[in-house]
Amino acid sequence: MAEPSAPVIELTEVCREFPAQPPVRALDRVTLRVDRGDYLAIAGPSGSGKSTLLNVLGLLDRPSSGSYRLDGAETTALRDGARTRLRGNRIGFVFQSFHLLSHRSVVENVMLAEIYRGQRRGGRRERALAALERVGLGHRVGFRPDLLSGGERQRAAIARALMGEPSLLLCDEPTGNLDSRNTEAVLDLFDELRGQGLTIVVITHEQEVGARAERRVRITDGALVEED
Amino acid sequence: MHVHDLIGEALAGMLAKPVRSALTTLGTVLGITTLVVTVGVAATAGNQIVGRFDELVATAITVEVPESEHTPLVEWDAVDRVTRLRGVESAAAVAESKDSTNLSVRSNDIVDPTRVTTQSMTVLTATVGLPEAARGRMVQGRFYDTGHIRRGDRVAVIGDRAAQQLGITRLDRSPAIFIGKHAYTVIGIIGDLRRERNLSTAVIVPPTVGRRFGLRDVTRVLVNTSLGAADLIARQAPAALSPGNGDMLQVVAPPSPTRARDKAQDDVNALFLILGLVSLVVGAVGIANVTLVTVMERVPEIGLRRSLGAARRHIAAQFLLESTLIGLTGGVIGAGVGVVTVVAVSAAKQWTPLLDVRLAIAAPIAGAVVGLLAGLYPALRAARMEPVDALR
Ligand SMILES: Nc1ncnc2c1ncn2[C@@H]1O[C@H](COP(=O)(O)OP(=O)(O)OP(=O)(O)O)[C@@H](O)[C@H]1O
Ligand SMILES: [Mg+2]
Repeated sequence: MAEPSAPVIELTEVCREFPAQPPVRALDRVTLRVDRGDYLAIAGPSGSGKSTLLNVLGLLDRPSSGSYRLDGAETTALRDGARTRLRGNRIGFVFQSFHLLSHRSVVENVMLAEIYRGQRRGGRRERALAALERVGLGHRVGFRPDLLSGGERQRAAIARALMGEPSLLLCDEPTGNLDSRNTEAVLDLFDELRGQGLTIVVITHEQEVGARAERRVRITDGALVEED
Repeated sequence: MHVHDLIGEALAGMLAKPVRSALTTLGTVLGITTLVVTVGVAATAGNQIVGRFDELVATAITVEVPESEHTPLVEWDAVDRVTRLRGVESAAAVAESKDSTNLSVRSNDIVDPTRVTTQSMTVLTATVGLPEAARGRMVQGRFYDTGHIRRGDRVAVIGDRAAQQLGITRLDRSPAIFIGKHAYTVIGIIGDLRRERNLSTAVIVPPTVGRRFGLRDVTRVLVNTSLGAADLIARQAPAALSPGNGDMLQVVAPPSPTRARDKAQDDVNALFLILGLVSLVVGAVGIANVTLVTVMERVPEIGLRRSLGAARRHIAAQFLLESTLIGLTGGVIGAGVGVVTVVAVSAAKQWTPLLDVRLAIAAPIAGAVVGLLAGLYPALRAARMEPVDALR
């Protein structure tokens, strides 16, 4: 159902309202198109709706209204199970706080990405090792995550996100917990992945991160504006 | 999701906090142990009592025949009618009197003045069914038959202890004993008596011979029934023995002490069973509590798994399996401890431990079911969580 020519992301007039007193309109008629291989940075002040947008893009949350096509297929009408499957197969997440399981080794953490995908078990470790090699972490596969540096942890999390060959990589403040050297390493990795044709959407409020993206958008009070 | 992966994830989750998991199993261990010990010891002890003692008591009936001035209450051939009753396995009529308990008996050895060979013994008479009715066997020789009785042969069967006392070891040379002045040929030695053990020191002669010692009328009838028939036979036997005068006979039936004791034991068992079940419930609540805490601690992990494509049922299955594994572990440990306890108790009491294989299998399963039930609510909570909320 993925049309090769279709954009990876196509948001049309998407709104997300949270029921509260008064209701919070976290996304206000957002329209956005992201093509294959795009590298998009989303900036905006705190509370402007960046995470809400990313949750909608990652099928973790449903828009209140509007349309969201992922790889050309409408997602807003899908049921929970279908959205979950789509999320597992098409989307890789990178979180600010890494979300690595502390009692599992790095390679086991990466392997975790495959168990819900119904992929065959054979060769899984090899694929995980390859993903770790890809992010330059081949020398740390047996470590517990708490022994890794911040940058290494984030690279392990990225390896996990890459494990299922996603068509879209969503990152919420991926360098928020990192110092400048580690940030640099992660950004270099993004450049490299982008060069390999991956579509990347990054939330950041750091100038440096935004500057490396080829395209920048800005959210203010839920409304999205293209920069440049 | 592959079953292997599910089990792997559940095991990893359980082993992430090994001490906590171990402590969580305690309630289940306690409950299962109590149940296994209660059931195991009850079965072992029950087997012991029934096997050694109760079956005999539960099937033995004695009918006492009071003395009567005129016609005897029970004729010698009346015992045949009892034998024909359905449920009767063996029966014999016995005559015994005070006068015949202390007769002087000696063997026919050449009188040796240096040895006291004369013994004081009980002489009694009985119908031919006595060996079976007394639950014994002929150690040597044979019991007298109806021919001996009809002809009034002067034969005797002696108990094995009596034979020892009289120095009679072999029957092939037809040894004789003297009761008073008269000689009787010993044709058999009776022994291994499980009823009427006093027969082992007695001399038994045919009824037709017994008259000489004042043993005219039947004083007692021994009846053995098949298991469970005792009550019925106890009611039927008097009429069969003495038509018309049945109510004058005294029937000593098993007083159902088995049932009384069973009941006492049942009460104790019921108490322990309840204790075990309560422990299990407490164990279940413990597992439910800890699993709930675990779920709350692992909210970010749940969010992560959802982001990796885990459906609600995958999350539910994992937590359910974790709590089931904890319950199963408790069940396995409890079954082990319980079995060892049953064996130890049996060894201390010198019983043969009776362990039902089904119990050994059912105990771990019961533990697993406890864990499964305890995990239902926490697993549901985990599955209901929205991924966005879990990742916040
Ligand atoms: N479940 C919710 N219920 C009510 N209001 C919510 C909920 N989630 C988010 N909001 C509100 O929606 C707005 C946007 O939140 P969001 O988390 O998207 O901000 P953000 O741009 O990611 O901020 P930050 O940079 O601080 O992470 C905020 O005002 C927030 O208070
Ligand atoms: Mg945010």
